[in-house]
Amino acid sequence: MSRIAVQEDRCKGCMLCSTVCPVQIIVQSERFNQSGYKVAEVPAEDMEKCTGCTSCALICPDLAIRVYRTPKKKKGDE
Amino acid sequence: MSEMNEKLVFDRPKAVIDRPTHYCPGCHHGVAHRLVGELLEELGVFEDTILVSSIGCSVFLYNYLNVDAVEAPHGRAPAVATGVKAARKDNFVFAYQGDGDLASIGMAEILHAANRGEKISVVFVNNTVYGMTGGQMAPTTLIGQRTTTCPSGRCLEHEGAPIRMTEIIAGLGGTAFAARGSLDNVKNIRQAKKYMRKAFECQTQNKGFGFVELLSACPTNWKMTPVQANERIQTEMIPYFPLGVYKDTDEGGAC
Ligand SMILES: Cc1ncc(C[n+]2csc(CCOP(=O)(O)OP(=O)(O)O)c2C)c(N)n1
Ligand code: SF4
Ligand code: SF4
Ligand code: SF4
Ligand SMILES: [Mg+2]
Repeated sequence: MSRIAVQEDRCKGCMLCSTVCPVQIIVQSERFNQSGYKVAEVPAEDMEKCTGCTSCALICPDLAIRVYRTPKKKKGDE
Repeated sequence: MSEMNEKLVFDRPKAVIDRPTHYCPGCHHGVAHRLVGELLEELGVFEDTILVSSIGCSVFLYNYLNVDAVEAPHGRAPAVATGVKAARKDNFVFAYQGDGDLASIGMAEILHAANRGEKISVVFVNNTVYGMTGGQMAPTTLIGQRTTTCPSGRCLEHEGAPIRMTEIIAGLGGTAFAARGSLDNVKNIRQAKKYMRKAFECQTQNKGFGFVELLSACPTNWKMTPVQANERIQTEMIPYFPLGVYKDTDEGGAC
C-alpha cells in the first residue's frame, strides 16, 4: 500500500497535484491553513488507491507532499 | 500494519531549506528550485556551489537553497557569475534568472557570457512577464497577451515578436548546451531535469556554457487560477517556444 502525507502548513491549495494523479484521489478540503489556503487532501477511504507514483509530489511547487510506499506483501498475505 | 516497512520515496532534497516560500500558489519557481536542489546533490556539487541570484520573484533564492550565494544587480547575474567562477574555479557556479532579468535589462550580459564560453550554468525561468513588479510586458510576452504595460495585448507591430532566448544562446560559439524544458506536467518536469543535468555537467566536465530555459507559470499576473495557468503553458507557450535541445556539443549526447 502507498500513501501521501500533505504538510498542511505548506500547502497553498493550488491543486496542481490533483491534475497529475493517475487515480484522481486528491481533492481540495474545506479546511483552511494558517495562511488562509484550502489545503489538498486525499479522503481516508481513497488512500488505498494511491499507487505511490510520486507525480503529485513532483509537481507540487511547495514541496508539501511526501510519498510513502510499502513493498508488496508476499502473495497470499492479503 | 504496513507502517513497519513502508519507505519514504519522495522527500525534499537537503539542498532546499525546509521553510515556506513567499511564492504565489501554483508558481513554478518552487518546482525549479527543487530540481536545482536535487541536481546539486545528485552531481555531488552541493557543498561547493555558489549561487548567483537575480532580481525578480526569485530574488530570495538564497533563502531557499542551502548554498553560498551572491545577489547580482538586475540582469547582471552572468557577469557576476563570470567573476565568481574566475575567482573560484573549483566551485560550481550557477545563475538563476527570470525572463525580465535575463532577456531585457540583462540581454548583454547573458549573450556575452555564453559567447565567451564561460564555464558557468544558467537556469532561465521564462514566465512571459515581470512577475515581481506586477506583470509588465517582458521580451518573452506572447503576441496578444495582456499585461499592465500592453493592456490591449502585445502587438507585433509596436513591440516586436517575443524573443526565443534558447535559440539565440544556441547560436553562440561558447555555448556547450542549450535546451528548453517546461514545468507544466510530470513528463515535462522529468525531461526538464535531464536538460538541467546536462547543462550543469557542461560545467563539471569543463565543456563550456550550459543554459536551460524552463517554461513556467505566473498565475497571479496572468490573472488565472494555478490550474488554468498551468494549462496555458501547453496551449499557448509551447507552440511558440518549442521544447527540446537546441545545442549539444557532446556528440551522441541527446537526452
Ligand atoms: C535596475 C533595476 N531596474 C528595474 C527594477 C525593477 N524590477 C524588479 S524585478 C523586475 C523584473 C523581474 O522579472 P523577471 O526577471 O521575469 O522575474 P519574475 O519575477 O517574473 O520571476 C524589474 C523590472 C530593478 N529592481 N532594478
Ligand atoms: S503518489 Fe501518485 S497515486 Fe498517490 S496521490 Fe500522488 S499522484 Fe496520486
Ligand atoms: S500541489 Fe502542493 S501546494 Fe498545491 S495543492 Fe497540492 S499539495 Fe498543496
Ligand atoms: S508574481 Fe508570478 S512569478 Fe512572482 S511569485 Fe507570484 S506567481 Fe510566481
Ligand atoms: Mg518573469
